[in-house]
Amino acid sequence: MTRIQNNAAWYLVLPVLVLVAFNAIIPLMTVVNYAVQDSFGGNVFFFEGTRWFEAVLASDRFHQALGRQILFTFTILAIEIPLGVGIALCMPRRGIWVSVCLVLMALPLLIPWNVVGAIWNIFALPELGLLGRMLNGLGLDYNFTRGVGAAWFTMILMDVWHWTSLVVLLAYAGLISIPDAYYQAARIDGASKWAVFRYIQLPKMKRVLTIAVLLRFMDSFMIYTEVFVLTGGGPGNSTTMLSIDLVKLALGQFDLGTAAAMSIIYFLLILIFSWIFYTVMMRGESQQ
Amino acid sequence: MTEAAASSASLTRAEARARARRRSWSWLVPTLYILFLMLPIYWLVNMSFKTTNEILGAFSLWPRNFTLQNYQRIFTDPVWYWGYFNSLIYVTINTVISVAVALPAAYAFSRYRFMGDKHLFFWLLTNRMAPPAIFVLPFIQLYSSVGLFDTHIAVAMAHLLFNIPLAVWILEGFMSGIPREIDETAYIDGYSFPRFFVRIFMPLVASGIGVAAFFCFMFSWVELLLAKSLTSVVARPIASVMTRTSSISGYELGQLAAAGVLTIIPGALVIWFVRNYIAKGFALGRV
Repeated sequence: MTRIQNNAAWYLVLPVLVLVAFNAIIPLMTVVNYAVQDSFGGNVFFFEGTRWFEAVLASDRFHQALGRQILFTFTILAIEIPLGVGIALCMPRRGIWVSVCLVLMALPLLIPWNVVGAIWNIFALPELGLLGRMLNGLGLDYNFTRGVGAAWFTMILMDVWHWTSLVVLLAYAGLISIPDAYYQAARIDGASKWAVFRYIQLPKMKRVLTIAVLLRFMDSFMIYTEVFVLTGGGPGNSTTMLSIDLVKLALGQFDLGTAAAMSIIYFLLILIFSWIFYTVMMRGESQQ
Repeated sequence: MTEAAASSASLTRAEARARARRRSWSWLVPTLYILFLMLPIYWLVNMSFKTTNEILGAFSLWPRNFTLQNYQRIFTDPVWYWGYFNSLIYVTINTVISVAVALPAAYAFSRYRFMGDKHLFFWLLTNRMAPPAIFVLPFIQLYSSVGLFDTHIAVAMAHLLFNIPLAVWILEGFMSGIPREIDETAYIDGYSFPRFFVRIFMPLVASGIGVAAFFCFMFSWVELLLAKSLTSVVARPIASVMTRTSSISGYELGQLAAAGVLTIIPGALVIWFVRNYIAKGFALGRV
């Protein structure tokens, strides 16, 4: 759509700008302040330059948290995206069952995140939970509070349970926007099911799937509550993600300099991903 | 002509056959998936109707000694039920403010080019993507220094950080789908901007407003980290009551489960109203 040049539009944006700036810029200034200074209490600060940044970037703790974060994010992407697309392809296209499916599937998305953690905690308890009982009944030694493998399995299953519906909803929205004429044309050409998927459905879903991948990427990159309630970051530090580590540093150990420097590095990482997201989205938009 | 009709008839018959064949198994996949989704929720509901003794005593797939005592305690203890009210209060404040300020901004982004518009839009997006963990400590200091710590306003304001960008994005997507000839016609007819916006434009994007409000509600309702950190006693959200209660008075699973079940209900209610638009909302109005 062609848009008119009009700088008076700034007045319409002003309320948003003021509110978001109050919430974003003042806190970020605080963080920057802490990141370059040190204090021995009593509000006396010393300028430290980049010392905290060097400390964070060199620390094993940060490397391990980042490694776990990346492993987690890519694992859930590799499961949720194909699974979500597959389920969307099998969904009914019309009738009462569409609404029923959509409402039931969207349900996990509206559960508070700590309750998601609590649900899975209760569900997976080795003695009292249904999942834990079943797995132990199969002869597996399953205890997510003790075994690292079991903790990761539970955590990934929880995220798949929580967020696959998002991919399903988006893929489904892309699928039903395909006009029937496309399918008729494919049938006349005698296209196989795979060809229909590869050359009609997948290209039509590209836009919504891009959104799905990037939303899942970024939201899983800042996961905190669900994992914290489920495992508390343990056993040991084996499920301590970046956000959990950061909150431990800032509120638990009150290690402000390190926490602030880590915040900024974390934020820059997110900023890079956001920029990629934005560019991809805008390119898709200008093509249409 | 007849030939074409005959071939299309055979096509539809083939199509019906193909559809019947497909229907024979494809319903199974969504059904299994929904079963997988419902299983943990069933377990939560199951736990909520058991007494603590029964939970710890014997393993059973359904409550043997059906009890409502867990729910009863939530409805009679002010700490519990005020948790729900507190959550609903700040979620409502947040949703109203987010949508109210996002409406004109989204209109500006969808209709006008102005100095720095692309940069501004990108900056808004970065706030949606910023991890709340970064903001916890600065927010506590900021809202303490302006005397808003432990108020509903503080949590509502903090959640604006990610809900305003989201609302702007969703509304901008919906508004861009409305041809600008409508605006021009209205101006020619002598409508002023505020009158046009409220009387003509807002009814046109009503579904977009509904979806944006739903998403603001949802993300404010499910967020815990900021809500918990910015409150202590007065404005404590239900999520925080749950975590604190479980740590203070031992591990009362039945109580926790009942509280969990009650947090699912508001979401389940509002979801019904937006079921046809929810995917469009997640796609930021861009399906």
